[in-house]
Parts: sequence; structure tokens; C-alpha cells
Amino acid sequence: MRRPAKGRSGRAGDTGFRFATGAFALALVLIVAAIGFELVRQSMVSVRAFGLSFWRTSTWDPIAGEFGALPFIWGTLYSSILALVLATPVALGIAVFVSELCPGWLKQPLVFLTELLAAIPSIVYGLWGIFVLVPAVRSLQEATPEWLRQVPLFSGPPLGVGMLAAGLILAIMVIPFTSSVAREVLKSVPAAQREGAYALGATRFEAIRAALYFARTGIIGAVMLGFGRALGETMAVTMVIGNNPQVSASLFAPQYTMAAVIANEFTEAADELYLAALVEIGLVLFIVTLIVNSLSRLLIWSMAQPTRRRVAAVVVPAEESAA
Amino acid sequence: MLAVACFVAAGCGSGGGNQGQGQEPAQQTIQINGAGATFPFPIYSKWFDEYHKLHPNVQINYQSVGSGAGIRQLVNQTVFFGATDGPMTDEQLQGAPGKILHLPTVLGAVVPVYRIDKVDAQLKFSGRVLADIFLGKITRWNDPAIAKLNAGVTLPDTNITVVHRSDGSGTTYVWVDYLAKVSPEWKSKVGVGTSPSWPVGVGGKGNEGVSGLVTQSPGSIGYVELVYALQNKINHGQVQNAAGEFVTASIESVTAAAAATAATMPSDFRVSITNAEGPGAYPVSSFTWMLFYENPMDKTHAKTMVDFMRWALTDGQKFATELGYAPLPTAVVQLEMSALDTIAVK
Repeated sequence: MRRPAKGRSGRAGDTGFRFATGAFALALVLIVAAIGFELVRQSMVSVRAFGLSFWRTSTWDPIAGEFGALPFIWGTLYSSILALVLATPVALGIAVFVSELCPGWLKQPLVFLTELLAAIPSIVYGLWGIFVLVPAVRSLQEATPEWLRQVPLFSGPPLGVGMLAAGLILAIMVIPFTSSVAREVLKSVPAAQREGAYALGATRFEAIRAALYFARTGIIGAVMLGFGRALGETMAVTMVIGNNPQVSASLFAPQYTMAAVIANEFTEAADELYLAALVEIGLVLFIVTLIVNSLSRLLIWSMAQPTRRRVAAVVVPAEESAA
Repeated sequence: MLAVACFVAAGCGSGGGNQGQGQEPAQQTIQINGAGATFPFPIYSKWFDEYHKLHPNVQINYQSVGSGAGIRQLVNQTVFFGATDGPMTDEQLQGAPGKILHLPTVLGAVVPVYRIDKVDAQLKFSGRVLADIFLGKITRWNDPAIAKLNAGVTLPDTNITVVHRSDGSGTTYVWVDYLAKVSPEWKSKVGVGTSPSWPVGVGGKGNEGVSGLVTQSPGSIGYVELVYALQNKINHGQVQNAAGEFVTASIESVTAAAAATAATMPSDFRVSITNAEGPGAYPVSSFTWMLFYENPMDKTHAKTMVDFMRWALTDGQKFATELGYAPLPTAVVQLEMSALDTIAVK
């Protein structure tokens, strides 16, 4: 919007516009910094009281005033990595199918449906999880043969709620993010790569593989983006994970995550140390998510850099392949 | 750029505008905010609604954010009154800027709910058995301790899945307060609070989370508010009281638990009535309190709330039974009326 400047060109309007939008951008950075600062400030009581043992101890006893965050860190990492393991093949499959193999008329509807998964609110996933997923997982657990139950990974009574249910629900929530970013990344693979592969006599599958190889940094970035999303997921997880602060290797055991414990216990945390301990867990989550997301963004951006030279394994002079 | 500035200016202008309804100089709208326990939310909503019908200029807002958050907001003076299922501790009271009064409003109870396939009968539990189940010492339904109390029932040899609350809660407070009274091991190992460190079990969020998990998991046992169990028609077990009788939670048995305490009621009303003596008393009962400053800053609000409390403790109690809460015994109400006189309204 140009300000009516007396006898000047619209340069004042331009500068004003740049200033305003720059201020918005700066405001966002300041907000994130303010959140970090506030988290540090509110958790100081707990940091001073427990120090590094906060990360090693497994006891979470609000009545006795002993707080150890190990079960939550374990639960968050376990559930997120499990979600990654389950979601990545599916998400990459969707991305590859939509960008390479899909018939034209199917592309848009499929993309739309995948994005729709991302639009479903977390709490709705949680409700679906309690009423549909958990009984299904319970039947699966009851059907596990006795010899398999001896393995620590599959031990424990068939409760239904537990790490497996949480991992599955997180996987479903993460798929749309990973697949849409992977699809974009695959779209940005230069046509020359694929054409060169075909020119060398590659099959469809080999050409796709070449494209995937080219886009590998971006795809890792997409996977990490999904990881970052899974780390912070709260409501869906807390409804199906069983909320038991224990460190257990079993997929069937009820466990706890950082986001879930904050959501569950924050309103009733009446004393200062308890609150500070919860805020400290929030601080950990904040830092971890920041790092994971930044890393994933860097990886995705580095894929988009045109200046970086790629090892073009498939571009060969025409005479050689004709010979 | 100019359009943005116009929007901002318009937004600022209307934001701080007046909230009054009409041009009635006589009746000024009084708006009072409170926050606290979720357990009594249904009855408090009903009361505020009915009181508003009697006094249309009074609007009382209540946020059911949990007892702990309610206490915090009251201490920070962001609300006028608080509500809690577990009384404030001495440390919390000392940390408040002024003296806070606890005033019981209704009675509630917590009941054990369970789901065992092929068992439809109402099971009997003793306090010790419940404590051992929640401690993880009794792990199967056909354990001799449970079978002894339920002679006519065939209990299956299945695992007991314990379900508790994952969120801090006044319901939990009442439940563990009772367990600590009947089991010295519970008292020393776990203690009493709104978020104990549960030895075993899975956590569900809210009464609805616990009942959802219990109804879905065969062989599970949990605890929910009586009001919740009645309204959702969930089967609950009988609990043995201090006199040795097995009592089903009901309006009458909960009021019986409170009636015995009137004689020994402390002046600040902070009393636990779990495991109450007396015939027919349901052992896992509790008062729920509203919290007020003795000397609040806003005297108009104070006068309104005192008037509201006098109404709630007398006429309001009839709404309690409709919703499943037990009304206060008359002796307790009389003690509270004199306590209300101490709140500074001028």
C-alpha cells in the first residue's frame, strides 16, 4: 500500500513494507526465543535440585518429590523410532507411486486423501485408537505364540495399550508429512537423471532407484521431519500408550512419553518442584524437536541447491550407449 | 499498509468496550470467576445456573481445570474462588497471600469398577484386598484373598489389569487416602497425593479414560467417581467399611459416612472421611470444598458469593441428589453457616 509521500516516489512505501514484513519475521524468531527462555527460567528450580541425575533416574514420584525423566525420554524415543520404522516404507511407497507410477487421473485424489490424514485432529486419532486400534492390538497380542512371548521384545500381558499401539498410531499420523515432502523432493529430481537412466537401458524400477538415490538427502530430511512430528505428538499417544513410567524393551508394555506426562500432570502440579520438573521435561522436548527439525530442514534445503555438483552417474555421451 | 493500520485501530477500539447489558442503573452485572476440581463440575454448573435464574444480574463462571490448577489460580488471585477435592496442605496455605477458608459443598464417593468375563455378580472387596491389588501383590482374580470374600462366585484364573488415572486428580486423592488408611504398606510405599507413583497398572486420562479402559480390557479393575458410574450405568463393587459391613456406594451410604464426622469436625473443615466409622457408611467417600479468602479485596463479589453459598448449602442441596451427589448432613451445614459469617463482606 503506497503512502502518499509528498514529492517522493513510492520508495517510502517499499521500505515500509519491507520493514513491516521483516518485523513479522523477526517477531516469530523472538517468540521462539522467548519460549526457550521461559522454559529455562521456569525449570531452574528442578535443574538445580536434580542436575544431571534427572536424565538417569527412573523414579517419578510426585508425592516424595523425586523426579527422574529417563522413562519419558526412553518412551518418546522408542515410540518415535518405532513410528519411523513403520511409516517410512509406506510413506516412501506412496511418494514413489504418486510421483512415478500413478496413472494421471489418480494422482490428485490420492494426494488429497494422503493430505487429509494430516488434517485429522490428534484427539480424534486418540479416540479412534482407544476404540478400534487398541482392541485390534490386543487380539494381535493374544494371538502371539507362546515361544515368541519369551523374547523380551514381545513379553508381557496382552493389554492392548502399550508401545505397539502408540507406534502404530504415530506411524499413521506421520505418513502424510513424510510422503508429501518426499514427493516434492522426488519431483525436484532433474528429468535428466531419469532420462539418462532410461537411455542406459534401465528398467522402470532401476530408473526409480536412480532417482531415489539422487534425492537421498532430501528423503532423509523428509523422514526426519516425520520423526520430529512424532516426537511432539501428545493426545493421540497418551490415550493408547498406557501411561506407565517404566523403561521396558517390550512392545506390549505400557510406557510413557514426555509430551504425555506434561499433558496429564500439569494441571494438578501444585508445588514448585513438581512444576519445575515438568517444565524441564518440556525444555528437553523443545530442544530435541528444534534440533531434529533444523537438521531435517537443512537436509531438504541442501537437496534444492543447484550449485552443488552431483555425481551424475548416468549422463553418458550418446555415442557410447549407441555403440 | 493503510488497511492493516485501520484494522488494528478498529480492533483496539472495540476490545476494551463496556460489557454491561442494558441501561439499568439499579442492577449492575456482577461477574465472578472461579476454577478448580472437575469432580463437582456438574453440580456447580447446575447451581450457578439456578442461582442466575434467581438473581439475573449475577454471572458466576467456573472453569473445571483440576484441583491443583484451581488452588494455583486462587493463590495467584486470578480467580475469586477455588474448588478442590483434596484439602490444601499447610504449606500451600502458608504460601497464599491471605487466609483461605475451606467450605464443603457436597459429598462424593469413589467406587471400584471391574470387568471380568463370565462374572456378572457384584463383587465384594475389603480395603486390604484393594490395596494389595493396586500394589501389585494380588495378581490373579482367583486369588484366595478375593475368593474368600466372594464365596458364591467362580472367579477365573486371569491376570488382573490395574487401571488408574494418568492425570493428577481429586478422585485419585480420595482413593489413595482410603488405601493408605487400610494398608500401612500402601501408606509407606506410595503415600497420599493427587499423582502417586503407581506400583502397577496402566493410566487412563480422566474418569472417562479409566472407564473406557476397564470396559475394554477383560480382567481389569479401576476406580471412578460414583456420579460417573451411576450416570454411565457401570457396575461397581461393594467395599467393606470400618464396621465390617460390605456397603454399596449410594447417596445414603455416603451421607452416613459424613454424618459421623459432624461431631469432630475441625474448624477449618479440612477433614478426610474415608474409612468412616458408623453403620452403613461407605468407606471411600469425601467432601469437596470451595475455597474463599477470609478477607477478599472485592467486597461486592464477597457479599454475592456468601449469599450464593447460603443458598447452595440449603436450597441448592436438593439438586445434588438428582445429579448423584450426596447432600451435606445438616449438622455440617450449620457449622458452615457460622463460618460464612467470618468472610469480610464490607
